[in-house]
Amino acid sequence: MGAGHGHLLHYHGHSPVHRAPAHLKLLALVVFALVVVATPRSAWPAYAAYAVGLLAVVALSRVPLGYLARRMVVEVPFAVFAVLMPFVATGPRTEVLGVAVSQPGLDAGLALLVKGSLGVLASLTLAATTEATDVLRGLRRLRVPELVVQIAGFMVRYLEVVTGEMGRMLTAMRSRGCDPRSPRHWPTLARSLGALFVRSYERGERVHLAMVSRGYTGTLPTGLDPRSRVGEGRAPGARVA
Amino acid sequence: MHVPDGFLDASTSIATGAVAVAAVGVALRKARTELDDRTAPMAGLVATFVFAAQMLNFPVGAGTSGHLMGGALAAVLVGPWTGLLCVSVVLLVQALLMADGGITALGTNVVLIGVVTVAVGWVVFRGLVAVLPKRAATIAPAAAVGALLGVPVAAGVFTGLFAVGGLAPVDLGDVLVAMLAWHTVIGVGEAVITGLVVGSVVAARPDLVHGARHLLPARPLEIREVAA
Repeated sequence: MGAGHGHLLHYHGHSPVHRAPAHLKLLALVVFALVVVATPRSAWPAYAAYAVGLLAVVALSRVPLGYLARRMVVEVPFAVFAVLMPFVATGPRTEVLGVAVSQPGLDAGLALLVKGSLGVLASLTLAATTEATDVLRGLRRLRVPELVVQIAGFMVRYLEVVTGEMGRMLTAMRSRGCDPRSPRHWPTLARSLGALFVRSYERGERVHLAMVSRGYTGTLPTGLDPRSRVGEGRAPGARVA
Repeated sequence: MHVPDGFLDASTSIATGAVAVAAVGVALRKARTELDDRTAPMAGLVATFVFAAQMLNFPVGAGTSGHLMGGALAAVLVGPWTGLLCVSVVLLVQALLMADGGITALGTNVVLIGVVTVAVGWVVFRGLVAVLPKRAATIAPAAAVGALLGVPVAAGVFTGLFAVGGLAPVDLGDVLVAMLAWHTVIGVGEAVITGLVVGSVVAARPDLVHGARHLLPARPLEIREVAA
């Protein structure tokens, strides 16, 4: 991927967090999320400390908080679940604003909301500060199987192409009076998806043939390898990991 | 049904992570036999397709929408092992680059959305194809039934995980009933879309449907050497 083609959540910047090696950021994210999940739900000071630490990293990354906040909508379905929790959970009841709710349910709902939000914010910070190619390189440094990294690499590389193709198909459907959300038009939608699958598969075959014609034998002599001397079309200064 | 961080406790997350790693490890070896040296480029493009297909939401009622999980769809189109790899990679990329699904819940998500829906979808599909007449018209309905059953089973497995490592004192019977009811509706949407998509691919390019390959004579990719 060339410059300026960052993935959906990437926020371009040159902060220390942007420059930190991707595999260390990945490791930090996993450890942070595990520690948050393992913290007992009554340890509120610990959560406050996690939140302060995380916000310090966000501040250091100079990614605007509003940018991250707007992207936290992925959490909404589970926020709804967390809000419902006090009403559906069992246990002794307590009064909140004149409504009887379950005390353990209230605690669990709050804990879920806090843990989930910390996890989502941490993931968003990684996504905002790390280029897709660096994430892949980090996965490789962390000994994720080569084939998984390669598949993820192809997926990241062609994501824009295939989703763009689907977007154009949906636009064409809508302009012919089709509502893709309505079950009445599912047959049309499914035929488009079938066409999208055939196009994706055939693109995969063409990519494979193009690679075979350049000497591919089943393993990728890739520029993703940090020790590789092969150039990968990126500015030298952009590669820090 | 991407599970976020904090939904299940740390030990359950680590246990499902271990199951996911084992399943993906087996799939890595078996996918090589399904796709030989084409594994990386083909599985990558199919994973991109699964990601795009997941972007389509269908209404479930009460103003919420479910989206395609695509486990059974991927299994029938490209084979169970490649399908599992594709769905797992989609979940990995979604968790790392789109913050969709928690990092500690990645194993749980791979087990639920990948392993369970692929395994149930494929086993049911193969069972139906074995008993139904050997005709191309039976492929799409068999795939639809596989997709229909996979989603509630995944919901049931989730309830089991919630019983072991859930962080909320909700009555388990309530959780099971709510999850099954909800996901049966989602399963119907999944089944309709899966059946229609497989049907349309079988109609256009039956050779691309892994689950329909036994109906066709083998047509291997031929690479011819050309003199310089």
